[in-house]
Amino acid sequence: MNAESSIDNVVAKEPFWSPKNKRLVTDPFSDDNPITIQVLGVCSALAVTTQLKTAFVMALSVMVVLVLSNVIISAIRNTIPSRIRMIVQLVVIAGLVILVDQVLRAFAYDVSRQLSVYIGLIITNCIIMGRLEALAMSSKPSAAMLDGIGNGFGYGVILIIVSFFRELFGAGSLFGYQVVPDALYEMGYENNGIMLTSAAAMFIIGIVIWVQRHKNPKLVDAS
Amino acid sequence: MDLVNIFIKSAFLENMILAYFLGMCSFLAVSKTVKTAVGLGVAVIFVLGITAPINWLVNTYFLKEGALAFISPSLAEVDLTFLQYIVFIAAIASMVQLVEIIVERFFPPLYNALGIFLPLITVNCAILGGSLFMVEREYAFDETVVFGLGSGFGFFLAIVALASIREKLRYSHIPAPLRGLGIAFIVTGLMGLAFMSFAGISL
Repeated sequence: MNAESSIDNVVAKEPFWSPKNKRLVTDPFSDDNPITIQVLGVCSALAVTTQLKTAFVMALSVMVVLVLSNVIISAIRNTIPSRIRMIVQLVVIAGLVILVDQVLRAFAYDVSRQLSVYIGLIITNCIIMGRLEALAMSSKPSAAMLDGIGNGFGYGVILIIVSFFRELFGAGSLFGYQVVPDALYEMGYENNGIMLTSAAAMFIIGIVIWVQRHKNPKLVDAS
Repeated sequence: MDLVNIFIKSAFLENMILAYFLGMCSFLAVSKTVKTAVGLGVAVIFVLGITAPINWLVNTYFLKEGALAFISPSLAEVDLTFLQYIVFIAAIASMVQLVEIIVERFFPPLYNALGIFLPLITVNCAILGGSLFMVEREYAFDETVVFGLGSGFGFFLAIVALASIREKLRYSHIPAPLRGLGIAFIVTGLMGLAFMSFAGISL
């Protein structure tokens, strides 16, 4: 008991914005991006990115669920038996997802109808359980919260980049507003149907990885 | 429907990965070498082959509208389908936990190679997708068993194919930043495009 409280005292002295905690938020943007480096949450990145609007709402919902589940699991981490930890994690995630679903239905009904299936699929978005396994099960709630915010943003950034190109070239619009002028269509320009398939999302993420690793050579895969 | 047809259809024409792009995370992350890919592939066949029939039983006898009628006639109107997600996921999670315990006990090298992606089979969209497709297409029990095994086999084939390609790619001149994960994404996209040619075939 004494040993435990003394550890708590030492840890409590660590300031909230220590360099280590700051890295938890900033790393997922570049060096440790959930999609391009950790390869988590790719399915949803393919499914919801045909339009900017759905991508935006999805990113926001995932971030909310991610932060809350990180904090909750991290707070109860010492009471979870390791043999049934997955079920506990999933119950927490599923509960939060249902909450988000209900909120969206109440306040953004149109978007919620478009996203219906995918909101349910946040439960199986591996980014959430991946972060729970990798970090929340072994660190304090404050660190887990920062990690959730960082990874949520890192995920959202990629979603928005991919959906920007897919909506622009696939449908000629952004956020539902047409941006490619009619004059261009009259000259024979056509929307690129392939951008609406999942394969195009794979190509775009591949190119994002290319650009990112070109700018930051230490991420380059040696093999 | 003929069972052989369902098997071929679920393994090739409606391949979870290359036709529906489900289960991408572990597909891309664990396909570095053929050896680990085979391990994950077998684990997925096992989990899909078990969870699809289990979820079929749960769905038919507990969740479907009127499914509870066998307990008492007064329950004939109860419809629990809104619980589908959570119940399916719970069944999957317990199965994966079982697989994790078995792999950890008997195949420690594979356990280390799979790392975080073994527990993540739980949230592999392909597994939940399998159960949801099974409900949507109204398969009978024997069809569900074949469908689960077929989809798992399709996953196995796809991940071994990608792993083999990636092992070969090591000897080709790819721009350094694109090596590894980047080219894996692009190769998967191309494989997906190739699989679109199956789209028109009906069995």
